[in-house]
Amino acid sequence: MPQAPTIPVEYFVLLSAILFIMGVMGVLLRRNAIMIFMSIELMLNAANLALVAFARQWGQIGGQLIVFFVITVAAAEVAVGLALIVAIFRTKRTIDIDELHAMEG
Amino acid sequence: MENFASLVPLVIIFPLLGMLINIFFGKNMGERAVGYLATLAAGLAFGVALIMTIAIAGNGFEASVVNMPLIANWITIPGANVFIPWQLRVDTLSLTMMLVVTGVGTLIHIYAIGYMHGDSRFPRFFQYLNLFLMFMLILVTGNNFLVTFVGWEGVGLCSFLLIGFWFDKTRGEGWRNSNAARKAFIVNRVGDFGFLVAIFLTFWTFGTLDYYKPGEMPYHPELTANIQNVSFAQNGGIGTHGVFILADQWLQDGNRTVAIGPYTLPLTTVVTLITMFMLLGVTGKSAQIPLFVWLPDAMAGPTPVSALIHAATMVTAGIFLMVRSNVLFHAAPLTSMVVTVIGSGTAVAAGYIALGQWDIKKVLAYSTVSQLGFMVAAVGLGGYTAAMFHLVTHAFFKALLFLGSGSVIHGMEHGEHLAHAAHGEDNHAHAHEGEHAAEHAEPVFDAQDMRNMGGLRAKMPITFWTYLIGTLALSGIFPLAGFWSKDEIIGRALYAATTEGRLEGWFALLLLIIAAGFTAFYMWRQINLVFLGKSRTAAADHAVESNGFMTLPLIILAVLSVFGGLLNFPWSLPGIAAETMGKALEATVSYASSVPFNLVNLVLALLTLAVALGAIWLAHTIYGKQALAEGNLDQLERGATRGLFEIANGKLYFDEFYGALIEQPYNRAAAWLADKLDWQFWHDYVHNSVIVAGFNGMAAFLSGPFDKGFIDGGFMDIGKGIQWLGRQIKRIQTGYVRTYAFTVLIGVLLVLLLILLPLIRQVLQR
Repeated sequence: MPQAPTIPVEYFVLLSAILFIMGVMGVLLRRNAIMIFMSIELMLNAANLALVAFARQWGQIGGQLIVFFVITVAAAEVAVGLALIVAIFRTKRTIDIDELHAMEG
Repeated sequence: MENFASLVPLVIIFPLLGMLINIFFGKNMGERAVGYLATLAAGLAFGVALIMTIAIAGNGFEASVVNMPLIANWITIPGANVFIPWQLRVDTLSLTMMLVVTGVGTLIHIYAIGYMHGDSRFPRFFQYLNLFLMFMLILVTGNNFLVTFVGWEGVGLCSFLLIGFWFDKTRGEGWRNSNAARKAFIVNRVGDFGFLVAIFLTFWTFGTLDYYKPGEMPYHPELTANIQNVSFAQNGGIGTHGVFILADQWLQDGNRTVAIGPYTLPLTTVVTLITMFMLLGVTGKSAQIPLFVWLPDAMAGPTPVSALIHAATMVTAGIFLMVRSNVLFHAAPLTSMVVTVIGSGTAVAAGYIALGQWDIKKVLAYSTVSQLGFMVAAVGLGGYTAAMFHLVTHAFFKALLFLGSGSVIHGMEHGEHLAHAAHGEDNHAHAHEGEHAAEHAEPVFDAQDMRNMGGLRAKMPITFWTYLIGTLALSGIFPLAGFWSKDEIIGRALYAATTEGRLEGWFALLLLIIAAGFTAFYMWRQINLVFLGKSRTAAADHAVESNGFMTLPLIILAVLSVFGGLLNFPWSLPGIAAETMGKALEATVSYASSVPFNLVNLVLALLTLAVALGAIWLAHTIYGKQALAEGNLDQLERGATRGLFEIANGKLYFDEFYGALIEQPYNRAAAWLADKLDWQFWHDYVHNSVIVAGFNGMAAFLSGPFDKGFIDGGFMDIGKGIQWLGRQIKRIQTGYVRTYAFTVLIGVLLVLLLILLPLIRQVLQR
């Protein structure tokens, strides 16, 4: 089987890191709950990317397998998270994270 | 042969049963039944003693030892080799005592039915009397010192109970009675201490307390469970010995020593010590100098008690004990000398005191002390038989005299009652005039004061004649009982002085003859004051003879007082062997020896008789015409003899002496202790200052600084601290999600750093 030219794994990891940092920044800097939510999704997918990349690099199926789990969990999380955001919005009339500090000690 | 000695437990059991029945049923039985039952108990005991006496006379005075049922193995400590069985000894000595105790006791029980009639505690009186008999019989039958000691203490208890029997009399009399009871008990305690030390010393020295005497073959005591009673001829001696056997053997060995604590003493010294301590016990129980002071006060008890306990039986326990221990006393010449001196000294001192007494019973009490002195002196002189002989005859005539005095008192009280009934209205009408005023000045009529009597001869003939017989017997007038027994003692003194060459023999001889003179004198003074002449009060004028319960024992005792001398008659008479009692006692008392009756003794007897008759003649000259001098004074209470009378009346100031020596210092010490030590020091200082203040201070400290400050405050502070901590930690919880997220990021970065640290180090090292 002819050896197809391959993209080195460093590229994937780099992209994954960039995505992850973007996610982190989004979580920390955005105030809109939906945006934070999306940033979390971004971090999850950054992790997925890294997993898939390493799985391919080492020729092992385990990493790809975990990615499916992560996608499933992310889907469930989205369902619950969005429901929560809707519920919060209904009571507080806002989804600005900084307004929601009732748990302050 | 049937062994009658095995009946001996019955003499103890009968009075015990009598007492128990009277305790449980006496209240509902009525006076007569109670009295008859108690008398029956005493009488049955007498019957048993009589049977045993006849039996023992038939088998050559052979002694027996019988185990008490149920408690024969009384004190057994095998490891320490202590075996003290409860055995009863039947020999001529214990039988003599048993006969006297139960015989005189029975008569006095009969008398008491009449005397105690109408008393509110009639059953209790008879319970006490039976209890006394029981303990007295334990005392005389015991086969070792400890059983004797049980009886010794028991009779002391009964004496206490009976002296204070009328503790609830009004007008301070009850108080006086209970004081007399206490005095008797406490003085006896001093003597009992001596007896107890003697017992301890005996056990330490000989390792046994048994009474087996030389010549007997005691059996091994551990066999008591199997052998019911022991007659010595039937039994081979196995092992254990009695005190007297060992004393006899060891003293013959010579050079024996006894280790007592750090000292090693020769056996003779130890025996002297034992007998000296025993003598202290004797002076307490038998009322000798220096411990005789309780006996005259003991007359506070009902008269039957005075007769039974304080004249005939209990007070002779000391003489019995010394006769029982004759082996020891024989081996201790020093003690014998002291015994002689104490006995003869007591005889003459108490005789002298009796000259100046007004109370009819006090005269007899001092007379008893005096006669006990005769017996003690006889023991000291080695006349054990003479002592026992005098003990028996004295029991007869002194019981007679006491019962007679009780009859007189009874008659006087009746007379007082009748006199009041006759002159009752008169008294009220002329209360402030003439002779009635004198009567009212003396609010309490003293039925025992001889100054109130006189002329009772016609009113109470039976009492008078029996009393006269008792007086003559006590005075030692031929041929009554006292003559023979007293003469035997005086003869013994002469024998000791001449044949044995004992110096104290002369001393005793002189003093005893003087005491015999005193005896006759004070008794005749009493006869004159009480019975002869004219009645001096209305009570005496109305006195009546006592009833049959009281006069019957008087008559019987009078007969015994007349013929008592036959018990130990110096010559044989038809049907009576010479020296019956002496022969009998010689079988038991190892060192009993009779003095041969010779011409010298006859002269001495005549001399003593002359002294007694002379004293009677003197007393009759002084008191015969007029018993009392002007102003209710004694005939001797004026002129040259006044001082002598007052010394006698003051009882030689023994009570004052003890008062100053012991009682007052004791009371002062007690008062000091109560006031200073107990109240001021203990209560005020220790209690108030130390204990209360200390407790309060401690409580204040514990409740204040400790509880409120430390414990309570401490927990409050812990709470406050935790609150503060919470407030500080609360600040972390901002509630801003992004803060949390940032914190998580920092945490993740740190974890990463930690993981990557080795890698970084590698990179840096390269």
